[in-house]
Amino acid sequence: MSRVVITGLGVVAPNGVGLEAFSKAIKNGESGITFHQQLADLNFSCCIGGIPQISEEQKLEYLTPLQLRGFNSSGILYGCMAGIDAWKDAGLEVDADSKLDFDSGTVFGTGTSGVEKFREAIYKLDDKQVKRLGSTVVVQTMASGISAFLGGILGLGNQVTTNSSACTTGTEAILMGYDRIKSGQAKRMLVGSCSDDGPYIWGGFDAMRVMTYKHNESPEKGSRPMSATASGFVPGAGAGALVLESLESALDRNATIYAEVLGGNINSGGQRDGGTMTAPNAEAVQRCIKDAIINANISSNDIDTINGHLTATSKDGLEIENWTKALNRKGDDFPYINSLKSMVGHCLAAAGSIESVATVLQLKEQFVFPNINCEDVHPEILTLISKEKIVTQKLETDLNIAIKASFGFGDVNGCVIFKRYN
Amino acid sequence: MTNDELIAKLKTIVQPYIQDEEAFKNLNEDTDFINDLKINSANLVDVILDVEDEFDIRIENDDMEKMISVKAAMEIVNEKLAAK
Repeated sequence: MSRVVITGLGVVAPNGVGLEAFSKAIKNGESGITFHQQLADLNFSCCIGGIPQISEEQKLEYLTPLQLRGFNSSGILYGCMAGIDAWKDAGLEVDADSKLDFDSGTVFGTGTSGVEKFREAIYKLDDKQVKRLGSTVVVQTMASGISAFLGGILGLGNQVTTNSSACTTGTEAILMGYDRIKSGQAKRMLVGSCSDDGPYIWGGFDAMRVMTYKHNESPEKGSRPMSATASGFVPGAGAGALVLESLESALDRNATIYAEVLGGNINSGGQRDGGTMTAPNAEAVQRCIKDAIINANISSNDIDTINGHLTATSKDGLEIENWTKALNRKGDDFPYINSLKSMVGHCLAAAGSIESVATVLQLKEQFVFPNINCEDVHPEILTLISKEKIVTQKLETDLNIAIKASFGFGDVNGCVIFKRYN
Repeated sequence: MTNDELIAKLKTIVQPYIQDEEAFKNLNEDTDFINDLKINSANLVDVILDVEDEFDIRIENDDMEKMISVKAAMEIVNEKLAAK
């Protein structure tokens, strides 16, 4: 069975669009969270969020004027940008007339697609204007819109699909692509996920009172994973993308290898034993991590750093406890741990892939990015792990193995393990 | 409106959707939207919406089906304008 490596990365994040800007931002602990007047005007409790900054000129570098006609799906835009960037970063061709490639496919997830476009369509429909919707509503609002756009832009002839599992989506996409290469059914899979931004995607969370309402005057301080003063998550948006490839194919092409995917696990807590639609079953979370370690054929002691789910709600302490139990490591023996959400907020369906791009960059460039906004680590967490493991300044150190987990509504879990390639 | 004026307006309308520059340059009454201009068939409905907006007319389903060439578009637009 072939080993699977990462040969390309692309990212569109609130604190950096493009790999270079993102890499610089995460090393410096730069926040991408800002105040949004639109949310305030709509009476949101939480009026801050992370939205990638993209100019009209930039859009035209990725989509044609025809594709941008009547275009109103931020998630598809972010996904196309990250996906195309990752493909190019892997040294692969982006050409509308390229030969169809049956060895390459994509699993590119999302939670819901083109929510702004859908809103636009509903207003027209209710005004009895169905005939005037135009041809672009379906492709921008179907869940698989993003994989359909990317499949056509890149000429992919293997599996082209979209997965959806709430906040686990991005991490799940990586493992689905990994499985497909591992089982010999594809040579190369573009994997990742994207999420729309704005009130129509975030409103439901605001209504659940799970987003912070305490930082409308201090947006950059709002996302506080692991902090004693964490008061709910900050919504974000964007996309992350990785080109996964069999080691054989990567070596044949003489491609740059960022890291190896050793394996992972996907499971569900079944909304049993403490798990609910919105809260995780702790036993299932621990099992997911343990099974990922078994699948990757490593020992929990081999793990150098953890990229957590850690959203800045009251559940962060429980997540740390689950890690200590699953790894059977605590205190000074615990690996380093960080949460990208402190800088970009919770990018929902895009979270797992953006955070995985950050994790892979850490392995490639041998650093641990800082957690911001947790100068006051929650005391409950400090009874489990030592404070030094929660770095607050960029740390340059030898890293061999990094583990990334995501947990989502529906009580679903995903955990993937990356290894430095040398 | 003269035929030349009408063709010029239609030319501006179809421009965003065409995928054959050569055929577009030589656009005339006999130009076919799909075979010559290589407009994606899904985009034909967008062309028709833009025609509706430009001339402030409404084109029903049966006329829509016929509107696959410059000549057919001209006939339908002229007919609708005359009926206004």
